[in-house]
Amino acid sequence: MIRKLTLVLASVTLVTSAVAVAQTQAQTQYFPVFSYRTGPYAPNGIPSADGIVDYMALLNERDGGVGGVKLVTEECEFGYNTKRGVECYERLKSKGPVIVMPYSTGLTYKLLPSAAKDKVVVLTVGYGRTDASDGRVFPWAFTTPTTYWSQASAFVKYMGAQSGGMKRLKGKKIALIYHNSAYGKEPIPTLQTLAKRLGFKLTLLAVDHPGQEQKATWLKIRRLRPNYILLWGWGVMNQVAIKEAANIGMVKRMIGVWWSGAEQDVAPSPKAAIGYRAGTFHAAGRDFPIFKDIDKYVYGRGKGTNKSSVGQILYNRGMVNAIFATEAMRGAQKKFGVKRVNGDQMRWGMENLNITAARWTAMGLKGFMAPIKNTCADHEGNGPVMIQRWNGKVWKIISKPISPMQNVIRPMIEASAAAFAKKNGITPRKC
Amino acid sequence: MTAEASTAGEAGARSPLSGLTGKWWFWAAVIVAVFAIVGLDVWGLDEDAENHKAILSFLGDGLVGFLKAVTEPVALFWLKLGFAIETSMTGLLVGVLYSLVALGFVLIYKASGMFNYSQGVMVLFAALTFVGLTEYGIPVILALVMAVGVMILFAIVVEFLILRHLVNQEQIILFMATIGLAFFLEGFGDTIWGSNVKKIPLDLPSGAMDWLTIGDWNVQVQWLDISAAATGAVMVVALAVFFNKTRIGRALRAVADDHQAALSVGINLRTIWIIVWSVAGIVALFAGIVWGAPSGVQFSLSLIALKALPVLLIGGFESIPGAIVAGLIVGFGEKIAEVSWGDSLGGGIENWFAFMLAMVFLVIRPQGLFGEKIIERV
Amino acid sequence: MFYREAGQFSTTYSQDQGIWSIKQDKWATFAIIGFAFFIIPLFASPYLLTVLLQLLVGCMAALALNILTGYCGQISLGTAGFMGVGAFAGYKFATGMRVLGGDGGAVTAATELVPMIPAVENIFVAILLAGAVTAAFGILFGLPSLRIKGFYLAVATLAAQFFFQWSFIRFEWLYDYASSSTIQAPRLSLMDGWVLPFKVPWFTWDLQFFWGTVDFTMKVSGPGYADKLHQYLIGLIFVVLFGFIAKNLMRGRIGRSFMAIRDMDIAAELIGIRPLRTKLLAFGISSFMAGIAGAMTLFLYLEALEGAEAFFILDSFLFLFMVIIGGLGSIMGTYLGAAFITLLPIFMVNFLPWAGGLVGMSINTATVEHIQLMVFGGLIIFFLIVEPLGLARLWQISKEKLRQWPFPY
Repeated sequence: MIRKLTLVLASVTLVTSAVAVAQTQAQTQYFPVFSYRTGPYAPNGIPSADGIVDYMALLNERDGGVGGVKLVTEECEFGYNTKRGVECYERLKSKGPVIVMPYSTGLTYKLLPSAAKDKVVVLTVGYGRTDASDGRVFPWAFTTPTTYWSQASAFVKYMGAQSGGMKRLKGKKIALIYHNSAYGKEPIPTLQTLAKRLGFKLTLLAVDHPGQEQKATWLKIRRLRPNYILLWGWGVMNQVAIKEAANIGMVKRMIGVWWSGAEQDVAPSPKAAIGYRAGTFHAAGRDFPIFKDIDKYVYGRGKGTNKSSVGQILYNRGMVNAIFATEAMRGAQKKFGVKRVNGDQMRWGMENLNITAARWTAMGLKGFMAPIKNTCADHEGNGPVMIQRWNGKVWKIISKPISPMQNVIRPMIEASAAAFAKKNGITPRKC
Repeated sequence: MTAEASTAGEAGARSPLSGLTGKWWFWAAVIVAVFAIVGLDVWGLDEDAENHKAILSFLGDGLVGFLKAVTEPVALFWLKLGFAIETSMTGLLVGVLYSLVALGFVLIYKASGMFNYSQGVMVLFAALTFVGLTEYGIPVILALVMAVGVMILFAIVVEFLILRHLVNQEQIILFMATIGLAFFLEGFGDTIWGSNVKKIPLDLPSGAMDWLTIGDWNVQVQWLDISAAATGAVMVVALAVFFNKTRIGRALRAVADDHQAALSVGINLRTIWIIVWSVAGIVALFAGIVWGAPSGVQFSLSLIALKALPVLLIGGFESIPGAIVAGLIVGFGEKIAEVSWGDSLGGGIENWFAFMLAMVFLVIRPQGLFGEKIIERV
Repeated sequence: MFYREAGQFSTTYSQDQGIWSIKQDKWATFAIIGFAFFIIPLFASPYLLTVLLQLLVGCMAALALNILTGYCGQISLGTAGFMGVGAFAGYKFATGMRVLGGDGGAVTAATELVPMIPAVENIFVAILLAGAVTAAFGILFGLPSLRIKGFYLAVATLAAQFFFQWSFIRFEWLYDYASSSTIQAPRLSLMDGWVLPFKVPWFTWDLQFFWGTVDFTMKVSGPGYADKLHQYLIGLIFVVLFGFIAKNLMRGRIGRSFMAIRDMDIAAELIGIRPLRTKLLAFGISSFMAGIAGAMTLFLYLEALEGAEAFFILDSFLFLFMVIIGGLGSIMGTYLGAAFITLLPIFMVNFLPWAGGLVGMSINTATVEHIQLMVFGGLIIFFLIVEPLGLARLWQISKEKLRQWPFPY
């Protein structure tokens, strides 16, 4: 029985991959898309995947691809489950991907070493392994444009500015409500370091997966009466936390991580959530010229995935993923004079990614995002963090771009990466 | 199965520790351990004085610290009476909602001996149907009625396609069948209604009520919790009346007591099953609405079934009053535990604490709170 | 015709009690094992190996659970939790550890007392040690089984599952205080530096003969370093080995005492089987194997993982499904169930878009997933209605039929 199934499986795989190889001829570039349109995080996964796929479709329809090379996207549904993600990666690997966007922390950790071996770039936009920003230890990983640690420091800066100067943070009470997982624990070292340095009192409150029921956490918040609440949630935890905060009138003191600030998160209680703030690194909404093109070329020609997602925050973030990947590809094409880029060339492209304000404007995304520039050592690109606020209908950016405290974060990243390198016998390359 | 169980007597009722205390090697080990620790100190077996001081302080600190860590937070918690009252209230209100989910399990288990794994997915499916229908512009009341209709239809289909084919099977097989059902329903619900977060279209109350002030603490109770708990309570009372005062209810209890006997006095088992599954479906719909109010209707709603399991452990799988009281105990217990011990343990202890609480309950009282006199449940 | 027992007689009692009642079964078993060891490596792609590794882990975990649930009648929903214990124990053994960790891993006077335990470099030793540690935890969490039974016990074992899941995040010592709270398998190899000056066919699992050298080094663990084929072979060794161990244990005194407890514990106690000892032994053996499955997950399959996510409660449920679908109390059934539950979704994900393509339809991935869930659920119900005793029973029935084929009358 096992053997039979295996054989059938193998033959099916062979057939499908043969078909795919025939499709991916020299003039196309293959992009796997790890998506989760089902399972507990589907509400977040759907617009994210839509953004990536639609942007690639736009390039195909409007420009005929990148540098004359058509982009081929293939989605693989993994339900935010690392094991299924691994299966996806191995299945799609035979089709020659040069860049993957795992869209899950667990899967990122799993893929980082194997992708480096397979010469595949791992691009984690706003998630993943923070210390992988050190390009000397993790040449194949890119955390562009910014990371959780940077964001945590930017939040502290923002709270400082709100209270009237960083000195005023001394003695203030800040509570961190976090998803009890590797993802949720990411900001803790940064915040602890900053708490020591700036003298604010940090309280850590863990919420176990999935976070449907958080009464105890919010009782503790009521007892604590913090000046600020940081929310580091994901999935259903966000909606419940926002509702709870609204019920006790604390929603205006709460600032969410960029994965806690999307339309989905305020959907169950749009009115109560007014005044809730969250981090972001790009604009929300569809007031950019590029969306006219998306309407015209993608949806107008029936190539779109999901019209209702267009312009949502997570959709735009999906687009950011696709933009980084394709811009890197563009750069690599120019540098190496090739049509279809391979893994090494893509890696070069990501490492030398330089999207200036003029380039953003040229893409029809003026003011959408700050300029990004990667270097060999810095794979984070030092992107600024912005604060957005929910006004009952849309998310609006309310702050100037806040650049993270690089003097604090960078040494932490380098120390952590160095420790990893030492433990795993990696010699950091020279930059 | 019941026949086996009733002969069981007191077999399981011995404490696991009683075996140990009668063993010479247990005491020998204790004595050796004590001597090893004291010996290091008194006879100076350890040349390096620093080391044994470190050991002793480590052990001493550990013991004292442990006792302090366990008792102190609880004492401090109750000293702050206002907060303690608010915590207890919140815990009890949440407990009612746990009971509501647990009730669905109990109903089906009573009538068909089926541990219905799909109850959580039924909660999701029922709520999805209700919200999905309103999204098509159907008025709320009508959508509610239609959702109830869908759940009744679902019960009929389940009976027709699954239950009647699995009569007299072992419990674990029935359990497995409900797992298959859960998978199917999960895919089916998502196919029809999509996977987005959906807002409950009811104008549920929000905000909090200032209830009373004790010392410097202003005891607040949230309107949503009160209304949800009130809904739950009405539901529970209605069910109690239904099962105790109506013909169908009596028939159900007859079936729960003895399938064969119930059949022989002319009770139609299949009708009973359909009714019970329908009622469980309706309970699921209400549970879905009250749980979905803060979070929106989405996939995670199906995971609240896990929250109902410790309730079932304490209350017993077959007891409706048990489910209610146990829900209150779990809600109350886990909130107090999280608020008083949570911080020193690192937070987020609610999930396993509820189960540990339930396990301690069970070891002391294996038949559950209101369980029948039969000690073993196989 | 081919599957006949005519002419095969048992002449001794031990022959009559053998694992294989007729010779064809024996040959078939060895043929399958041989195929898995020698033929699959010839053509297996990395993708197939990944799938097979997942299957091997599933087999091991289901085997562990079947001993506890199928043979001893104690339903457990904590398998994934125990696997997690195995994974973390394996990690600590394979990377070396201090037993006492101070705050943030800092070395203090108290932690210095206990010397560093050196890293275990042999993967077999590391995995077996992980199993031993897990067995101890299993016995501890098996204690309530003395008082609680059936579904009550099943739900009670969730306490272990949730507690472990929480611990894997909470106790930073487990993941060496990494800020990411993930663990990564260290580089492990076997037969390092063993080289033959000439080639032997099969040893290198390719068909080149004699020229070149054979490097016996097996890269068995470590992300980015390990060779999937070698990992597969190590996993296969464990699964086959423990398959035989389990089969023989369950045929012997221990297995009979388990089954006596399962079938009627009062009667078992009357004939002199001690419930406490027997149940705890079942928990011990089962968790030992679950721990091995967990360590296999870390070293051979996932290599880098986050404890609470990789050993989630739903995984525990999946293993129980494998055991029930396969057949409670059947080693053969365990493997069939594991294959069914692991491979069917993967097969469907590959097959549905292809089938859709045949009729000119492109099915999007979400729909594939939904259809897959529905078919999967439907098939489980269908199987249970057709044959409640699981795939093992179906297999037995088909064997009966096969014996008489092609002349059933």
